[in-house]
Amino acid sequence: MTAAAPSFALQVRNLRKAYKDVLAVDGLDLEVRAGECFGLLGPNGAGKTTTMEICEGLTAADSGELEMLGMRWDSDAAPLRQRLGVQLQDTQLADKLTVLETVRLFRSFYRAGPTPTEVIALVQLEEKAKSRVGNLSGGQKQRLAMACALVGDPDFLFLDEPTTGLDPQARRQLWDLIEKFKASGRTILLTTHYMDEAERLCDRIAIMDRGKIIALGTPRELIASIGVEHVVEFSAGSTAKPLDISALRHIDGVREVRHENGSVQMLVTELHRAVPTLLDELSRQGTPLTELRTHSASLEDVFVTLTGRHLRDE
Amino acid sequence: MPDSATGAAARKPAPPATWTGHPLAQLTLVRFLEFLREPEALFWVFIFPILLAAGLGIAFRNRPADVLRIAAVTPQLAQVLRQEKLLDVAELPAAAAQTALRNGKVALLAEPAASGGVVYRYDDTNPEGRAARMLADRAVQRAAGRIDPVAASDRFLREPGSRYIDFLIPGLLGMNLMGSAIWGMGFAIVDARRKKLMKRLVATPMPRHYYLFSFLLSRLLMLVVEVGVLLGFGALVFGVPLRGSLLDLALLCVLGSLSFSALGLLIASRARTIEAASGLMNTVMMPMWIVSGVFFSAQRFPAFAQPIIKALPLTAAIDALRMNMLQGASLAHLTPQMGVLAGWLIVCFSLALKLFRWR
Repeated sequence: MTAAAPSFALQVRNLRKAYKDVLAVDGLDLEVRAGECFGLLGPNGAGKTTTMEICEGLTAADSGELEMLGMRWDSDAAPLRQRLGVQLQDTQLADKLTVLETVRLFRSFYRAGPTPTEVIALVQLEEKAKSRVGNLSGGQKQRLAMACALVGDPDFLFLDEPTTGLDPQARRQLWDLIEKFKASGRTILLTTHYMDEAERLCDRIAIMDRGKIIALGTPRELIASIGVEHVVEFSAGSTAKPLDISALRHIDGVREVRHENGSVQMLVTELHRAVPTLLDELSRQGTPLTELRTHSASLEDVFVTLTGRHLRDE
Repeated sequence: MPDSATGAAARKPAPPATWTGHPLAQLTLVRFLEFLREPEALFWVFIFPILLAAGLGIAFRNRPADVLRIAAVTPQLAQVLRQEKLLDVAELPAAAAQTALRNGKVALLAEPAASGGVVYRYDDTNPEGRAARMLADRAVQRAAGRIDPVAASDRFLREPGSRYIDFLIPGLLGMNLMGSAIWGMGFAIVDARRKKLMKRLVATPMPRHYYLFSFLLSRLLMLVVEVGVLLGFGALVFGVPLRGSLLDLALLCVLGSLSFSALGLLIASRARTIEAASGLMNTVMMPMWIVSGVFFSAQRFPAFAQPIIKALPLTAAIDALRMNMLQGASLAHLTPQMGVLAGWLIVCFSLALKLFRWR
């Protein structure tokens, strides 16, 4: 795929959707290239799920244009559905059915695709094939949801917060599964509010806030866009006189200093020069350190820089 | 890992089409399995009607005519009265006999009159007392040589068809058709909506009308068992008659069940919570349990209410079932009832399709 002539699996123009009192999607433009894994990142209520549901043909937009795999919902709904795989946020599959019965039901809706047994093997639930859905763990349920999404051999896969609420091991298993699907050259649109997930899985990311896309690019580009490579965080012990924050702003290589909940965050370009200066400055002020951490700038820092809020707020 | 699930190029052709792989067959199968794996539902649909029929059948079973207890104060009178088999005669001293009469232990007290006749003491407002008076007097007069001028003989009407259990079984059958259809549709649909399972299914290429059809199909499959169990029990245990054509009876059950299913679909068409749905279901079903003649005849309600009562689907279903089973009426005689059922079916189903919330 060349940059000059990208083939888009999904193109959205000026999409709008209002619910009674909120504008959930506010003039959104989106282009997802064929074969890429595209992430919608944002806090709860940013409009990610509404955007997904409009793309999945579950919700009608108030206005705007949408073309997916060269088709449109109003004219080609049936053939379009045959080529989509969908995993919705918190769907509860029927507890009383077994894994195999559930997959077999979903398989019956698609003209082509792997057999139920093959899909169950793909998501590594062979041993649970005869277990009731109600007896599965959270991670197993999520993999079953994935099996139901993959059973029609889709060209375009929608994943709405696929790993929310799962333990780290279950998350990694699901990531492996998503990467395998991605490796086969098909397209994924994924929402998440875990930035590590977005950084690991997504080729490109759109950061959404209040129904709009506020930043777009590869994870690397987005992080580079805030112009810092590192974040230094520290907490100071209590002293007679309060910490002088403004002095910290003048340290070489420090771009921004934020003070919240008793801890200080500094966005820094050159860690090796900023940290010794910071320590000198703190000892000059007579402030003892109770905690000092540094990490590479992440998508979370991008979001905080752009909006002044955290992804997991609200 | 199988290639087909990940290799974009290798789209597998559809497996040979078998009917078991058809979405409608799968949806119906799944409905059926979910029902069978719900022990409470099994109880309410299959066991409860039988328990109810058995309990009421025993409570209202026909007993041989009661023998009336009376008292006589002289041995001669007692001997005369004992000729009457329906009287249980006790010979008591006058004072004790008076007490027994006052306590209701005997229905009548017979004592010789000074004139050589007989005096009957009894409460004339009590039907037992009056019956005892007639039986006792007949025995006394016959013993004195009376010959009845008109010869009379008795034919007893104790055959199946006129007993309470015969009235009850079609009523219970109608109630069961209504309950299982409305609960079956209502809870399953609202639950699928609440769990967002319905939304998930709508996101697949599943044709939406298949989803609704699968409920009707699984309902009809279960109907065979439901109706069979209740009617089999009534016929074998209580000898409830099946005088009409069984095919007609089957058609009536199917029509009734479809009407109630449409009603259930309408009730479940918008509700998002189980609580809202059960409130609606009870509001719809409760009045019909009372007025539609399940346990007692709907004729007992005042005349001005009859047109409304007759227009209710449960009344129509039960009337038609009773006329088929007890009077052997053919479908041609049941046109009004079938018309009512078909009307409910059409109106409810069209409304439900318009109102149905798919998410």
